[in-house]
Order: sequence, then structure tokens, then C-alpha cells
Amino acid sequence: MTLDRTTTVDGLLPSGLRRDFPYLDQELNGHPLAYLDSGATAQRPLAVLDAERAYLEHSNAAVHRGASTLVGTSTTAFEDARETVARFVGAGSREIVWASNATDAINMVALGMADASAGLGGPEAEIFRLGPGDEIVVTEAEHHADLIPWQRLAAKTGATLRWIAVNDDGTWTIDDAASVIGPRTRLVAFGHVSNVTGFLAPAAEVVELAHRHGALVMLDACQSVPHRPTDFAELGVDFAAFSAHKMLGPTGIGVLYGREHLLDALPPARTGGSTITTVTMESAAFLPAPQRFEAGTQPVSQAVALAEAVRYLDALGMHNVHAHETALAELLVEETSRVTGVRLVGPPPGNPRAALASVDVPGVHAHDVGQFLDSQGIAVRVGHHCAQPLHRRLGLRATTRASAYVYTTADEVRRFAAALAEVRGFFGVDA
Amino acid sequence: MSDLSGLYQELILDHSRRRLGDGELAEPHATHHELNPTCGDEITMGIRLDASGTVLEAIGWTGDGCSISMASASALTELAAGADLDRVRELIDGFRSMMRSQGAGEADEELLGDAIAFHGVSKYVMRVKCAMLAWVALEACIAAASTDAARS
Repeated sequence: MTLDRTTTVDGLLPSGLRRDFPYLDQELNGHPLAYLDSGATAQRPLAVLDAERAYLEHSNAAVHRGASTLVGTSTTAFEDARETVARFVGAGSREIVWASNATDAINMVALGMADASAGLGGPEAEIFRLGPGDEIVVTEAEHHADLIPWQRLAAKTGATLRWIAVNDDGTWTIDDAASVIGPRTRLVAFGHVSNVTGFLAPAAEVVELAHRHGALVMLDACQSVPHRPTDFAELGVDFAAFSAHKMLGPTGIGVLYGREHLLDALPPARTGGSTITTVTMESAAFLPAPQRFEAGTQPVSQAVALAEAVRYLDALGMHNVHAHETALAELLVEETSRVTGVRLVGPPPGNPRAALASVDVPGVHAHDVGQFLDSQGIAVRVGHHCAQPLHRRLGLRATTRASAYVYTTADEVRRFAAALAEVRGFFGVDA
Repeated sequence: MSDLSGLYQELILDHSRRRLGDGELAEPHATHHELNPTCGDEITMGIRLDASGTVLEAIGWTGDGCSISMASASALTELAAGADLDRVRELIDGFRSMMRSQGAGEADEELLGDAIAFHGVSKYVMRVKCAMLAWVALEACIAAASTDAARS
């Protein structure tokens, strides 16, 4: 695969795509903005902004409440959005639950399992009950959002939290996983693509291994669904979470995927209006999924906007998006590896990685690196990227991360590397 | 890059390399650990007071962080070590006011001396915490030492 190094858009995606993103057409500190922070949050195309506004202008009404014509219109828009998102990830629409964000989606599972372990949910929730002797397995590379909920679940139930150790470059193999996952394992939770290293986990193999031991699998798909074709049914995962704002959609909404029979059995951690069948003064019976989890007013216009983001990505073609980002990833690795005195964390050159690069500049703190890039119009993320244990394992406290998306150009990647090459000089650190 | 030199003044870069006060203090009267959870920058500061309990006799700190946070700890040490506590409290208040100014007005050079180099940092809202880290730690140390003195 070759990347046209001279044009602003590389030919794998439609030229003119950047015109759909007004945000990108601005200056930062006197330079054309190079937005390389899509791993944190992506910018939204006009179509997504317009879809949300159009819904609010013409179709907004209380969803699933009452029986008016207007409610029919809004409820149809809301449920159509679910159908669109479901198709995008190889799911049925009953397998898609709206959450307030991906973190919330992971917590829904962890809190539901805690409720089940406390005896709620009846006999069908048996599969979620944990206790002493049971093990929850995560990896050392997890985002805090896919670590802390499981720490809490272990603390509440007496189960043991174990983790797959990562190698010096932050990656891990199915053999590493096999040394931790065993007959005591009840749940395995891991990131599909690391938000720090860009490492792609061997998801299907882990699912096969976990299921062989009767364990459930939860996939943190925040960094995969926006960037590569992802089919949860094909992967075989039991649960998955991803967020809208990293895939050209709005903030305030995330998605929990769960296999239908599991969602129907998982106790809802948050209860209230819209989740029930019959309520008496003593108790309540819950609807099947997804409604049993969607307590209170839902992020309706956000769901509509997310569906539009999905249509935008579908129109580009996720295979094309992935090809574009694979080319950018190769360029990122090639360009940053060439900069003297910079350590690129993650899979070594020649190995697959997502289009993101976290670097350490020895002698210069990531905050200072980021500030220097910022002064050059280059927007990156600095810090531990919500993965302190991984940074500690890599012997680092913080890194500087450039992350790309559909609108990222080869020129922006080269500007990142060129500015990076000036950092040590500016701060008076000799190479 | 010209606007960056307002943030990273030569004096700040000098201090980030000199790191005055860097090192654990023996037999401190109070210590305090301060962490900036957004970036992981941290400092552990120890102070020793004189026999009368009114003079900040010595400061020692260990830390890991960006050039702004480390330079600020160094500048603080230069200003506050050996000063009486009333003066130190005045310095902390003065430094905090300067960091809240968002770059407006004139910094109080008479009070803060070289530390007015950090005035430029106050324009960068995301970096103010970096500059304040050591000062917040010192404030906590003094409060702890004063409480101990009141108890004894």
C-alpha cells in the first residue's frame, strides 16, 4: 500500500472529505491546525451536526412515552438509530443498549454482575454470580475504564482480579493470555486495540480460550469500532463497549453490546421509568433488553446523530477507512522512528498497529513536548492516557500521543515528526 | 515559537535544570505529597523550621514532572528557604495571585523576584496547576507543621 505523500488526502478516501469537517479548517497558534487527537475525541462532519439539528427541529418528542403521533415519530427515529448502529457492528438491535458513554457501558456489566452476585436477577442471572475462588482476568494494558469497574466487582464479590502481563513493548500474545485464563476464570475483559500502543489484541483467540473455560468475554472496542470493520458476532464476544464521540458522533452517548440471552438475564444496575413491565409497592419486573437497561430519559438526538455518523463511515467503507489508517500507521512509525532520541512505544516496526503513536522524549516531559507541538499548531494528547499501570510497566510516567482518523493527512503526520525532531533542541537536551 | 518563549522563559528552563532543593530533607518537621492526577506530576516536599518555629529553615523535595513544575519547585526553594513564615505565606499568596491572573497586569517583582518569570505561564490555563504544584505542597507542609506546633 502506498500513500501519496504530496496530496493532502491520500486517495484511499475521497478527496474533499476534509471539507465535511469545518473544525479542521482553523489555525492553532498561527499555524494550520493539525488535529492528531482523534483517539481522544474525533471531530464531527456536517452531516452528523445537521442530522442532530434536523431531528430536534422536526421530530423531537418523548421517546417510548405516551401514544401520540409525535411520539411515534421520535420513537421510530430513536429505534431506527439503534438498528443502524447494530448492523454496523454485526449485532441484532435487541443487542444494542444506549449508555451515556463507553465507560458507563462497561460499568453496566460490572454493576449488573455485582447485583447478580448479591442475589438479584433470579436463577437466570446465575451465570453472572461471582464469589471467592472465581477469577476476573484483564490485561496490564487496560484503560482505567476497563480496569477499575472490575477491581470494584472483585472487591464486592470476593472474586480475584488477575491480569495478563504485557511485554516490554506493551504487547501481549495468546500464550500470555493462556497462562492466566483457566478453569477459575469467569470473565475476561480486554481492550481490542490499545489506546496507548495501538496494539491489536488477538480477540478471537481469547474468546475461544475463555469460552473453553466457560468464562464470559467483555471487549473494550473504543479504539477498534471507529477504525476497522468490526463484527461482534463473528468475534464471538459476549459483551462489548464503544463510544460515539470517537467515531464522528456526539458526546453523551456510548454503546453496550451484549448477546441477547445474556442481556436479558443481566440485572439492570440502574432502575426506574421505562425499564419495567409490572410495578407494585414491593417490587418490579423488568422488560427484556435493551429497555431494561435504559432507565430515565435517553440521549435521543445523540442516538440519531450517532446513526448518521455510522452512515457516514459506511459510505466511506470501513475497509477503506482501515486501509487509509494502516497507511498512516506505517507512515507514523516510519517518521517517528527516524527522529533521534525519541522512543516509540508499542509494536515494533513491521507489526500491525492502529494509526496512533505514543512517544517518549527522554529528558523532556510529555507536557512540555505537547506544549511545543501545540505552539506549532499540532494538537496531540499528553499524559498517561488513562492507563497508568501500562505506563508504569513501560517505565514511563507520561507519553505524547498522535492519533489519526479518516481526515488525517500524510502531511500532518510529517509535521508531527518534524516538530518532534525539534523538541530536544528547544529544551536544551542533547541527543 | 516566539509565543512559546513567553511560557518557557530562559529563567524557567534554567531552574528546571538546576532543581534547587532537589533531594529528600533529613528530619523534616512536616512533609507533604502533592499529585496532579491529570498528568501524574508529583512532588514530595519536606520542611524544617528553626527552634522558634517562625523561620522556614530548610526545604527539600523530590519530584517528577514537567519543566514548569520542577522549575517552580526550584524557584520556590530559592525564595522561601531561610525566610520567616509570615514572609513565606506572603510569597505563596503572591505567587497564587500571579498564577490566577491569566497573564493580566504586572507581576509583583519586589515580592517574587525571579519567580515573576512564571507570570507568562498563567496565560496557559492547562499549565497553571503545574506551576502551583510545589507551592500547594509547601502550603500544606506549613499548615501541618503549625498544627503540630499547636498540639505540642
